[in-house]
Amino acid sequence: MGSISILLVGKVLPYLEQELDKRYNLFRAIDPSQRAAVLRDHASSIRAVVASSSGGPDAALIEALPKLEIVSSFSVGVDRIDLQKCKEKGVRVTNTPDVLTDEVADLTIGLILAVLRRICECDRYVRSGNWKKGDYKLTTKFSGKTLGILGLGRIGAAVAKRAEGFDCSICYYSRNEKPDSKYKYYPSVVELASNCDVLVVACPLTPETHHIINREVINALGPKGVLINIGRGKHVDEPELVSALLEGRLGGAGLDVFEKEPHVPEELFGLENVVLLPHVGSATVETRTAMADLVLDNLEAHFLGKPLLTPLV
Amino acid sequence: MTSELPPLLVMGPPALYSLFQSQNSNKYRFLDAFSSNLPLLQFLQTQQIHPSSVRAILCNPLQPVTADVIRSLPSLGIVVTVSVGSDHIDILECLRRCIHVVTLGTQFTADVADIAVALLIDVHFKISAGDRFARNWGPCKPLASPSGSKLGGKRVGIIGLGRIGGEVAKRLEAFDCTIMYHSRNKNPSVSYTFYSNVVDLASNSDVLVLCCPLTEQTKYIVNKEVMLALGKDGIIVNVGRGALIDEKELVQCLMKGEIRGAGLDVFENEPNVPEELFALDNVVLSPHAAAYTLDCFMDACEHVAKSLDAFFSSKSLIISPIT
Repeated sequence: MGSISILLVGKVLPYLEQELDKRYNLFRAIDPSQRAAVLRDHASSIRAVVASSSGGPDAALIEALPKLEIVSSFSVGVDRIDLQKCKEKGVRVTNTPDVLTDEVADLTIGLILAVLRRICECDRYVRSGNWKKGDYKLTTKFSGKTLGILGLGRIGAAVAKRAEGFDCSICYYSRNEKPDSKYKYYPSVVELASNCDVLVVACPLTPETHHIINREVINALGPKGVLINIGRGKHVDEPELVSALLEGRLGGAGLDVFEKEPHVPEELFGLENVVLLPHVGSATVETRTAMADLVLDNLEAHFLGKPLLTPLV
Repeated sequence: MTSELPPLLVMGPPALYSLFQSQNSNKYRFLDAFSSNLPLLQFLQTQQIHPSSVRAILCNPLQPVTADVIRSLPSLGIVVTVSVGSDHIDILECLRRCIHVVTLGTQFTADVADIAVALLIDVHFKISAGDRFARNWGPCKPLASPSGSKLGGKRVGIIGLGRIGGEVAKRLEAFDCTIMYHSRNKNPSVSYTFYSNVVDLASNSDVLVLCCPLTEQTKYIVNKEVMLALGKDGIIVNVGRGALIDEKELVQCLMKGEIRGAGLDVFENEPNVPEELFALDNVVLSPHAAAYTLDCFMDACEHVAKSLDAFFSSKSLIISPIT
């Protein structure tokens, strides 16, 4: 298989990059500026693209690779890949579902607790010596709160299951009501936001869900409400979120993703009611290795003519 | 005529005192005994209160309700403590005098369990470290990938499977953790694996959560041997009392990587925290705030108010049993 040419267009775990290098003829265009040179020299031989949450093949790139057969993404979200173009061209697409579900759900609960109970703030309070001057103030109880889940897919359902252990009530919004679900359904995001204490964004990023968290939703969530985003930065109208937090129209936020990662709006740095993470959902070595193996296994299956393990297209 | 409000002697004081006072300002004549260095009887003189008119005490473990205090107050009928424990109250003297002793029940159980889980997730996934990194605050190192993975499948050893331990277990079961425990006695109504020996529990656990009271038997129940048995991938969470852990040894183990990390809400000598911990990324530090939510304080205030109301109106008093 050393002769098969593969193009890497997103940042991935070093282990994955090394394995791709070993097994295939690997070209890199992680930085878009590298693209032109790679395409000039190798466009006609590339049979697969490896993508990730930081980069994927858009329509133009797909068009430019006449031999492209498969796109394998080192992520569960495939918003960076032009799926429509792939379908048109008969290009297969795989992602990495399930292996990161539990970890992301664990982190989500951790984020909620960190915001409501001010865990990071309290840690700073102790480290800076302020506890000697007096106790930290009262924070907000999590147990028994109402959790609104935007997107009751694998991750959303896993978050709900954990929250039930805290006696939380669960409600959700998704494109279609799920008849088997025991949770309360709301037919719009605004209604969901109006009726929950904590809103968790856990849906895929598509053109329909771009900025699904807008001013109206944020205001509906309100001065005591908390937004948790473990989806994609572009789910949220970030300037609106920032102004709502600064003005107190939103009670708090826990964010693992941002519109322009790794850029985090600096206005948030001084706020004690936000928790900011550098996109660590799925970041543990075990999970990222499992994701990498899934990418490698999907590619291998494809080139051996076997069924793909986790196809999306 | 002096005020007709019944006097309420306040010792401690309980952290919720200012909230309670604001909610009950028209019901009691508050006597802040905690704020005076004078002996009790002299303090009462300065307040122009005759000892025989004091029928109720509101307190917490910060200031003991001793036999002397009780004997100074011939009409004392009720002691309400804002705590689950009553070690700071001379129970024998209260029994002799038929004084009701009211403790808290489950008002803060959920909040403390929540903090135990919060600290575990934070240490495991490096949430506070990540937040510091994102804000570029303090001694932040480049954020190395946490070596762990999901919590599911992890073995959690709970030391003290009382109400709080039970609530911690329930929460972590929803994360697919395996629960085991050590308690004074095996609990026949739970199916978790019981360990009569803490070192054995530690050897078979990935996480230890301390939820037991501090007694002579439980002091330093987590010592160096236990920490080494827990091992380099192990995490300790303490929401009990600081002295359940040999703090000096804990600091050494954390600095040397003998255990992976610790989430601590309590310390041996609060509010002093060993400063060596401040430079570490594998600890999360909390200022004994596990019960500090508005919900919890409101529930506790309500419980205190109801107990005092029932007493002063001579209705039949439902007393929280003292264990």
